[in-house]
Amino acid sequence: MSLDTISLSGKKKEVSNKKMTFWESLYLVAIFKGLMITIRHLFQRKVTIKYPEEKRPLSPVYRGQHMLKRDELGRENCTACGMCAVACPAEAITMKAAERKPGEELLYREEKYAEIYEINMLRCIFCGLCEEACPKDAIYLTETKVMVPSASKREDFIFGKDKLVMPLTEAMKNRQNQLS
Amino acid sequence: MGEIIFYALAAVTLGTALLTIFSRNPIHSALSLVVCFFSIAGHYLLLNAQFLAIVHIIVYSGAIMILMLFTIMLMNLNKDDESHKPIAAKIAATIAFCLVGLVLLAGLLRTKPVVESYYYSGEDFQSIKVLGKVLLNEYMVPFEFASVLLLVAMIGAVLISKKDKEKSLK
Amino acid sequence: MDSAIIIEKGIFILAVFAITMFMAMYSTLAERKIAAWLQDRIGPNRAGKGGILQPLADGLKLFAKEEFMPSTQNTFLFVLGPAISMSMALMTSAVIPWGDKLEIGGRTVILQATDIDVAMLYIFAVLSVGVYGIMIGGWASNNKFSLMSAMRASSQMISYEVAMGLAIIALIMATGTLSVREIAAQQSGFWNDGWFTWNVFKHPLSFLIFLVCSFAETNRTPFDLAECEAELIGGHHTEYSSMKMGFYLFGEYAAMFISSAILAILYFGAYNYPGFQWAVENWGVNVANILGIIALFVKICFFIFFYMWVRWTIPRFRYDQLMNLGWKMLIPLAIANIVITGLVIVLTQ
Repeated sequence: MSLDTISLSGKKKEVSNKKMTFWESLYLVAIFKGLMITIRHLFQRKVTIKYPEEKRPLSPVYRGQHMLKRDELGRENCTACGMCAVACPAEAITMKAAERKPGEELLYREEKYAEIYEINMLRCIFCGLCEEACPKDAIYLTETKVMVPSASKREDFIFGKDKLVMPLTEAMKNRQNQLS
Repeated sequence: MGEIIFYALAAVTLGTALLTIFSRNPIHSALSLVVCFFSIAGHYLLLNAQFLAIVHIIVYSGAIMILMLFTIMLMNLNKDDESHKPIAAKIAATIAFCLVGLVLLAGLLRTKPVVESYYYSGEDFQSIKVLGKVLLNEYMVPFEFASVLLLVAMIGAVLISKKDKEKSLK
Repeated sequence: MDSAIIIEKGIFILAVFAITMFMAMYSTLAERKIAAWLQDRIGPNRAGKGGILQPLADGLKLFAKEEFMPSTQNTFLFVLGPAISMSMALMTSAVIPWGDKLEIGGRTVILQATDIDVAMLYIFAVLSVGVYGIMIGGWASNNKFSLMSAMRASSQMISYEVAMGLAIIALIMATGTLSVREIAAQQSGFWNDGWFTWNVFKHPLSFLIFLVCSFAETNRTPFDLAECEAELIGGHHTEYSSMKMGFYLFGEYAAMFISSAILAILYFGAYNYPGFQWAVENWGVNVANILGIIALFVKICFFIFFYMWVRWTIPRFRYDQLMNLGWKMLIPLAIANIVITGLVIVLTQ
């Protein structure tokens, strides 16, 4: 098999520079053919996805908004070790650690927890390095399947713990799933 | 009614004709010439010469003035570029204008007196069928001469605008 | 003059004006919808059901936009440009016969604003004056790209007017009249004396040339070099904003509607449809003529669709190709067509 005849896509067309016949040089036939091709598309299935009503399925490893996880007892995993902030190439994460007080054992898993945990979504590049760096399985991007919503003020993009921590209801659901 | 329209049209014609001469921006003067041509077409319509009016619009406003505007716009004539003419040229222009005016006046004074009242004879003078028959029967020869003249002018223009191949090779 | 006829004509002209504007308005939606469909998309579908209110939304947007004037001394000419464009697009409809006649309360209403002797020439006069709108607008914008685009558009229009006129001459020679109404009436029915009565079957070459020229006259693809974004920003209306811009766009769509109407009337039998005479005899004049008006609008809509269909099929010409096509192909073809038509007329008489 010579190189000239190989067509990997099966759509290979030989380009020739031969002189056009009179009939061809009128272009009428070619224009008519073109019109037929375009009119065929009029009746073809439309590929548009009407976005807010219809949504494209996300891939299983889609990295969306971060989530600070709770364990099956509903306690926050994060210990404010700062590994994620160090790993973050965009320096989007800041946090402030605090000591767990007696009586808060059901809220936080370890003795140290993040009092403030903020991610600047304008800086975040959703690379997932924080998720890889976390030693406590506390932060995940692949769980929420939520895209960060738009806003009109810069401050609105700094997500605090109120938006990041997994809701308790979801932790309870996880617990029930585990028991059953 | 007809008289009012006539006076209005005449005022527009004269006004725009004067504007053509006096406006310093060449584009403005070309555009006022266009309006002038339109009002002349209006005069033709008043005389019930529809064909003449429409052809006047097509030929003068639609073709000639557009080409003129083209040249003016492409050459980008601004009022700053207007060169001062020498005094001799101004005097010559004035004398030439006066002479033309004299000839015109002398010619026009000898034309027939104005018909006081028009009456409707019912005869068709202006419809395109009548015009065509007259043009191609009675006035056949001048008509053809005019077309030959235009043809010659056209061929001449093509010849002039064509590049000289031998010269460009050297 | 009979005052009833003035009222009648006034109402008729208003109706034609309203319909033209309506069609121009919905042409903008149709343009976007058909573009979308031909590209396997859906098109605007948010304003109203299936996007039916989109033209209103567009109009509202254009009205609400900031009115911006370029720094030029020619404010008057700047405003005059779109006004000429729009009014010239609308003026042609004066001689178009939208139907034969209706009988309302014993009166015969002719469905045409005016039936002048030189209607075809009138159409050409209006067309050639329409060039001024683009030229003045482009020049008064005080922008060299606008000026260049205006030059392109107007030289294209006056070049193709020649071929268009020559194409029409063959038709006029055969029909023997310049009145659009008579040309429409001559195509009555569909089949007569062993051949179709519609002019497209009698003068196919003339039709083809006229069609190509009307694409060029309306500045539509493949002849839309004037709006060649890659080279000339937005064309002659680069500097226009708000409703002045809207007037240019609207004028273009109105011109498209009118030229579709002219194509339908000159070549596709106007308001005639097969069985017109039979309908007159059996269903009465009014029903037959209302059907005729509907037939005319179906034809017009087809041509508007055709304009858009071609837009998404054929790419834009290069400027030299455009001029070559106009001067070296269409004009000689049109002249040959005149000679052939003349020979046929002489031989058959």
